[in-house]
Amino acid sequence: MNSAAPKSQVIRMYAAREEIHPREATGRYASLRWVCVWLTQLVYYGLPWLGWNGRQAVLFDLGARKFYIFGMVLWPQDFIYLAALLIICAYCLFLVTAVAGRVWCGFACPQTVYTEVFMWIERRIEGPRSARIRLDRQPWSVDKAARKSAKHAAWALVALWTGFTFVAYFTPVSVLAREVASFALGPWEGFWILFYALATYGNAGWMREQVCKYMCPYARFQSAMFDQDTLIVSYDTARGEPRSARAVQTESKGGGDCIDCRLCVQVCPTGIDIRDGLQYECIGCAACVDACNLVMDKVGLARGLVRYTTAHAVTAGLSAGAIRRRVLRPRVLIYSALLLLIAGAFGVSLALRLPLKLDVIRDRGAMGREVENGMIENVYRLQIMNTAEAAHTFRVGVTGIASIALAEPVEAMLEGASARTLAVRVRIATGAGKPGSNHIAFELEALDQPSLRVRESAVFIVPR
Amino acid sequence: MADFTDGFWNLYIALLTLLSIAGCGLLLWSQANYKAAAGSTTGHVWDDDLTELNTPMPRWWMWLFWITIVFALGYLVLYPGLGSFAGRLGWQSASAYRRELAQADAEYGPLFAQYARQDLRVVAADPKAHAIGERLFLTYCAQCHGSDARGNKGFPNLTDKDWLYGGAPEVIKNTILHGRNGVMPPMGAALGADQDVENVAHYVRSLSGLTADPIKTVFGRAKFGACAACHGADARGNQALGAPNLSDKVWLHGGSEATVMETIRKGRNSTMPAFETFLGEPKVHLLAAYVWSLSNEPTKVAKK
Repeated sequence: MNSAAPKSQVIRMYAAREEIHPREATGRYASLRWVCVWLTQLVYYGLPWLGWNGRQAVLFDLGARKFYIFGMVLWPQDFIYLAALLIICAYCLFLVTAVAGRVWCGFACPQTVYTEVFMWIERRIEGPRSARIRLDRQPWSVDKAARKSAKHAAWALVALWTGFTFVAYFTPVSVLAREVASFALGPWEGFWILFYALATYGNAGWMREQVCKYMCPYARFQSAMFDQDTLIVSYDTARGEPRSARAVQTESKGGGDCIDCRLCVQVCPTGIDIRDGLQYECIGCAACVDACNLVMDKVGLARGLVRYTTAHAVTAGLSAGAIRRRVLRPRVLIYSALLLLIAGAFGVSLALRLPLKLDVIRDRGAMGREVENGMIENVYRLQIMNTAEAAHTFRVGVTGIASIALAEPVEAMLEGASARTLAVRVRIATGAGKPGSNHIAFELEALDQPSLRVRESAVFIVPR
Repeated sequence: MADFTDGFWNLYIALLTLLSIAGCGLLLWSQANYKAAAGSTTGHVWDDDLTELNTPMPRWWMWLFWITIVFALGYLVLYPGLGSFAGRLGWQSASAYRRELAQADAEYGPLFAQYARQDLRVVAADPKAHAIGERLFLTYCAQCHGSDARGNKGFPNLTDKDWLYGGAPEVIKNTILHGRNGVMPPMGAALGADQDVENVAHYVRSLSGLTADPIKTVFGRAKFGACAACHGADARGNQALGAPNLSDKVWLHGGSEATVMETIRKGRNSTMPAFETFLGEPKVHLLAAYVWSLSNEPTKVAKK
């Protein structure tokens, strides 16, 4: 970032942030980004309002430790799915970055998305780039104060709504709305609404590119996934240089295609000059591509002076087809294979997941006791979790040793999404089983739905 | 805060803490005013030719450091941390625990209180109270009495009709509240020779219909007077003392000849702990109702 500064300049160890006033970019990539903004935010802001089976469709009830996602109720025991989901997300990031660089950063990352929304508000209130720069240089006036406070008020509203939506994933939105309306928020709800709002306001309004440059770990380690065939936003140096103003060019009929209009620098949200080559600040948003294409159209030159291409393609002059063929390189294939494998396993496991869990805990107070007719009895605690939303009655069965049976038949009714502990006694006849521990298994079956059954192994102890 | 045996260590820790914070501030201040030529390096060279540019940090980052210092000082004023200074808020982990307990009591107290006002037999017939009682039992009682409440060697079965101290719900509640200490004194010396102990054991076993030598039984009956003080002349026990009925088939410690002889010779000392202070009366009320319902049919009683 200081490459343009003269070598002799003295710097301080802590530099003030230089305000960046990005010019609005329009074009194919800007539109694509707005599509991403709409898609992600419709889902984010809309989901809490969606109903399902008489409850909120997506609700993470931390108090009851039940996580509702449409027709599914996840319990803390299902946390493995969250781990798998995060692994899938990580591989998606690896794959996308290896193929197309930091497109996640440039188009879908919440930091980019909210910054885009906040900049839109800024443009509506303070005007385009030149007006904003002028306004910032002006001394304080009524107009400036009015515009600035209107902007911050609008930002705060969006931020508060974002915070409210965030908490609505944890407290049902109907309850939360009532609490907000009557100023009866719980302390944690209030804290998280304000905290999330403050984070949104601060990050999208004030911090912006600082988040990507200094805070975000992914920004830095994505560079490690780049190779010579990764798509990056690049300036075609061979075609553009030597750059010179249009007037000079027409006069001398020489020089490169770059007319040095600096629009690519003005639209850059991180304030870099893409013509200096790939830099760690570049989030791959392609605003400079849009800006340059527009200029090339105006001056009647071919588009693509700044474009998505690969380092390899620039040096070797590869065609678009050759770039596409190089996508199928080992790194990409390995990422894709792993991703497909994990996502497939995740999907299958989720689809085959039974909404019933059984834990068996053998009573430790007694080994095995002798009951009538010399039978040996062990006592177990069965922790039954009905994770479906419908009530079921379950029958307990036991297998594993000849003559093994429950001392008395056990059937248990469980309400939807509830757990229950049952004490059951298991008996075997004298002489059955070997002294010491014997492997047995408990079976739990829903009376109204035979496919809903689980099996859990346990140990039966015969005293020596 | 008597963790320190000497006042010196209190001062030592407090001084070290404050000096460290001041040192951090000093470092920040000196670095904030440090200037370097752009493009110069830190002087750190590794792997032959790699160097680190003297690139400035963002200034807001420095403010974060200052904020941590302010936070640390504020924390040390409000909370314990500076030597033995207790902090202006007087916060203690013990009081935080007590506050949570009080919150839980405020939340669940009314429910327990509502049951505590009802008769134990009525509570026993309430399915919701039964479920609470079951959970309480599995948490606090199952370790000794078993998850199925059928007991274990030395710990009575609570599902039969045989009670050491009485099976009325009020008595059960009293047992849980105040605990019991069942003492069977060692009778070996009082009975005399080891042969006498064996004879008494045979007599006691014969009362339950177990195999016993008829001659030893006769001799044992003659010696049973020593036991009758507690177990009664008819060996049916005494619930006021917690002396078990020896004429039924229930054996708390085991009914084999060797075990009965051991019991007579060495005595037994069984303890049921008191739960009044630990659980509180309302929870014990629910527990007593649950335990009573294990050997009675509460719904029938309640309907009467």
